[in-house]
Amino acid sequence: MKEKRITQHPILDVPERKEVEFLWNGRALRGYEGEMISSALVANDIHIFGHHPKDGSPQGLFCANGQCSQCLVIADGVPVKACMTPLQSGMLIESVEGLPELPADDEPVSPKKSPITDVDVLIIGAGPAGLSAAIELGRLGIDTLIIDDKDRVGGKLVLQTHKFFGSVEDSHAGTRGFEIASILEQEISELSSVRIWLNTTAVGVFSDGIIGAVTNKTYRMIRHKKLLVATGARERMLTFPGNTLPGVFGAGAFQTLVNRDLVKSSNRVFIIGGGNVGLIAGYHAIQAGIEVVGLAEALPQVGGYKVHADKLRRLGVPIFTSHTVVEAHGKDHVESVTIAALDEKWQIVPGSYKTFEIDTLLIAVGLTEVNEFYVKAKQWGMDAYVAGDAGEIAEASAAMFAGKIEGLKIARALGKTAEPIPQEWEEKAEILKSKPGKVSIKTPPASRSGVKPVFHCYQEIACNPCTSVCPENAIRTEGDVITGLPYIIDEEMCKGCMSCVAVCPGFAITLVDYRKDTQLPTVTLPYEIWKETVEVGQEVEVTDDDGNPLGTYPVKKVLSLKKKFPRTLLVQVQMEPEKAVKAIGIRVQHAEVRPTQTYEEALPMDEAIVCRCERVTAGEIRSAIRNGVRDINQLKAITRATMGACGSKTCRPMILRLFKEEGIDLDQVVDRVDRPLFVEVPIGTFAGVFGEEEDEQL
Amino acid sequence: MSSYDVIIIGAGSIGVPTAMALAEKGVRTLVVDQNASPGQGENKHAIGGIRATHSSPGKILVALRSLEIFSTWEEKTGEDIEWLEGGYLFPVYRKEEEDILKGILPIQKKYGLNIDYVGPEKIKEVLPGINEEGLLGGTFSPEDGSASPLLAINAFYRKAVSDGAEFRFGLRVDTISSDNGKVNGVVAGGQLYKAPVVVDTAGPSSAMVCKSIGVDIPVYSDSHEAAITEPVKGFFACMVVDLRPGPGSKNFYFYQNKRGQVVFCITPDPPIIGTDKRETSVFLPQVSARMVSLLPRLKNLRVRRMWRGLYPMTPDGSPIVGWNRDVEGLLHATGMCGQGFMLGPGIGELLARMITGESTENDSIILKEFSPYREFAGQEALK
Repeated sequence: MKEKRITQHPILDVPERKEVEFLWNGRALRGYEGEMISSALVANDIHIFGHHPKDGSPQGLFCANGQCSQCLVIADGVPVKACMTPLQSGMLIESVEGLPELPADDEPVSPKKSPITDVDVLIIGAGPAGLSAAIELGRLGIDTLIIDDKDRVGGKLVLQTHKFFGSVEDSHAGTRGFEIASILEQEISELSSVRIWLNTTAVGVFSDGIIGAVTNKTYRMIRHKKLLVATGARERMLTFPGNTLPGVFGAGAFQTLVNRDLVKSSNRVFIIGGGNVGLIAGYHAIQAGIEVVGLAEALPQVGGYKVHADKLRRLGVPIFTSHTVVEAHGKDHVESVTIAALDEKWQIVPGSYKTFEIDTLLIAVGLTEVNEFYVKAKQWGMDAYVAGDAGEIAEASAAMFAGKIEGLKIARALGKTAEPIPQEWEEKAEILKSKPGKVSIKTPPASRSGVKPVFHCYQEIACNPCTSVCPENAIRTEGDVITGLPYIIDEEMCKGCMSCVAVCPGFAITLVDYRKDTQLPTVTLPYEIWKETVEVGQEVEVTDDDGNPLGTYPVKKVLSLKKKFPRTLLVQVQMEPEKAVKAIGIRVQHAEVRPTQTYEEALPMDEAIVCRCERVTAGEIRSAIRNGVRDINQLKAITRATMGACGSKTCRPMILRLFKEEGIDLDQVVDRVDRPLFVEVPIGTFAGVFGEEEDEQL
Repeated sequence: MSSYDVIIIGAGSIGVPTAMALAEKGVRTLVVDQNASPGQGENKHAIGGIRATHSSPGKILVALRSLEIFSTWEEKTGEDIEWLEGGYLFPVYRKEEEDILKGILPIQKKYGLNIDYVGPEKIKEVLPGINEEGLLGGTFSPEDGSASPLLAINAFYRKAVSDGAEFRFGLRVDTISSDNGKVNGVVAGGQLYKAPVVVDTAGPSSAMVCKSIGVDIPVYSDSHEAAITEPVKGFFACMVVDLRPGPGSKNFYFYQNKRGQVVFCITPDPPIIGTDKRETSVFLPQVSARMVSLLPRLKNLRVRRMWRGLYPMTPDGSPIVGWNRDVEGLLHATGMCGQGFMLGPGIGELLARMITGESTENDSIILKEFSPYREFAGQEALK
């Protein structure tokens, strides 16, 4: 219906949805029923949801995850988080200009007591860790309740369109994230002792043993014997001028808009941060038809998997290592970003500023544990367990393992089983958590006959799908360990079935086939972007590992393994033998964007916002630190930093970093006291006046 | 060895304004506190209400001076402590509360309070949206108000420091030290800090601190929970106190601060004696039910954060202020029964006058009422 929707996608199905009309500041707009208000607004190209009461700064979507409260709008008279409130037909939605007005609804009400639910095991979070734990518990018939604040299970799995790394037998490697979510959901639906409450946000962990949760507008108190916190992670933010402009948001928020809600939120993005999250977000952007102008990473090399970085480079995305973001520019929305090179002392290299015109800046500088529930539960002496990113930031494959382990631990602690935790689980979990290992570039196979896989997989990471799909069992990993690099035990064994090309999550395997033509062998390249660009006969630019062009070749054939990997296109071209073994990528972004301007002004770093809820600047915080403040509680009292709606979720790591930058040892800094609620809840919800008590729902 | 004229134990609601008043008079003052910064004991748990609407002359006099200090602070120093002159409203739905409030009006007026018993119309004007069913009237005192405890204590702290007071944080007083029945300082962190006058402003820790010198001070803690909402456009400015009892509670009270946030609290019944400050699941459903019954439109206002704090209580619900008769130089100013924040600046000046020998006639009314040696019979009407 409009240009800001993703109407076709190489991986995702675009479902039929019901269109509804709603009013935005009196203007009639259309959206889809049940989608989050924020997505409906962004799809209508509306990015400014209001203006902050303190300084009038434009406010918009930031976390898209119900955490930050930046996306506040007024819906039918009541302030709500746009990213957590489903759109309904005829909704009156207004921007929040300064402080919202509380509706003068003076109809007397009848308070009701909130229900208390007793369960053996309560799991907070239906992501990979929580679901995996529930499967173990359900298998043993243990009474388990999972609560999750979203309207579907899977956590961040549902945002992941790429095939997963890890091991095939334990963590669904080679399967796309959103498909893993469906598989886990299916498994759980067959377990009668496991219940799931969706749209249910945990809001408080109380010392009397109760977890407070809110389903829509109904308050529920949950008593449990064991608690598993599987709440995942939240995105870190950076301190730089312009960091709160609408259009500057987390890579996860971007994936939510694009992959979950199919909103084409942007035309041109720049990404800060070369970890897996940033690299994958770049890939997802291109899949969604969004141009990735570049990616900057402060370290001399990207921190994520080399295969992820290579995928981006081959598509034509410049990666600026040893570069940092300096400023985001724009009046009401980000219009450009300036980056600069860093020297080995982390200082900006004079004359290295580069400015790019963009409409979205993605921040992907790491994650922090969502661990407030766990910390409180432990503080109150609850029997609490933690799994997945909430305990330790790692890949989803590791989270699934951690979930299984914690699930079984809980079952054992409840006396429901004597099954030991398999030793190999612990070992595998550790391996799956491991950081990417060393890089060893392999020379391609020299012989020019037959058909053979060429492995462009150079970095030791926990991944082995290629070994399990080969019908000849010809592929193994070095040392037969999951982090070993793959190799073929005997080139003669390859029959050219292409399974390994299709399954590889890193797009790091090609097939070179000399059988028909030894002078112009056929190369099979994996490809998951727009199929229109690789139709038979079309000229494509083929690149080597690093994205360097090898030449332009016509597409000979486009295949796919329909049953197992229908969405991975296998594009065949014929190339000279010396190039064929180097070929791995097809470039799709041709016009590499050059910096539009450079400048050398001293930048007002103190103007950067640290606490976005209360609009507290880095300068104000630095000044307090210089005046001797070492207690974050005092910092909060003086500046209001950390006192906003989000309760320091975004700014605490940034504040701690400012202390470090000011040369203060963090041992000398007293941390703030965390208290409920973790999410704002209407008084009427606690009073039980919103009625419509729904029964347990899935 | 460091030596001072006065050592204050506790950088809280009473200790900090006392240091400010002493430093202004040039008295060499040290404040010792176990926490990391000012107001980190119970001061930060105060919700910010400031009233002179009390039921006894001493408290009224102290609070009137406090109000003057809070309300003129910004004008005098340029610092915003979020003072808001919104008044205190005690709405009445039953004869019982009407009698209590009308009974104390004469003494309130006698000591200079601007307060009246008003009818439902006036109440609806002050608190738009209040449940009108059965509303009989109530008292309204327009010159009471509110301020931010967090900003106020830091403002007082900065003033004290700039006038020369010293503060040591993260330092716990082990014992009050004396020689021959005379105070000579405090021992903290194994070190003696010398002074001929020691002021006990330790609130919930007073009993323990005074015990170190063999003094029994009848202060014990009970806990109260409180919470604060998101900010919305101001639609009322007064503190609303509903004196009626409810299930598991006595009165409850709330106000909208200068920033637009509604802050609220309830008095549990029976009281929760002890020093437990861990948040419970009981408070929010309990107080929310009462709040929306009184002011239905609050139902859509979202609670942001809650906390639990201690009231340093005395047997009769009134503060303990006065010189110790057995240990010379030991001055008590504790047991503020949850009103330390609002009484603090007035008490601080009172203590400074006591120490410098400048007490006034009104001071003797106050000190008689707050005497550590009174009988502790009776109960404060508006506790």
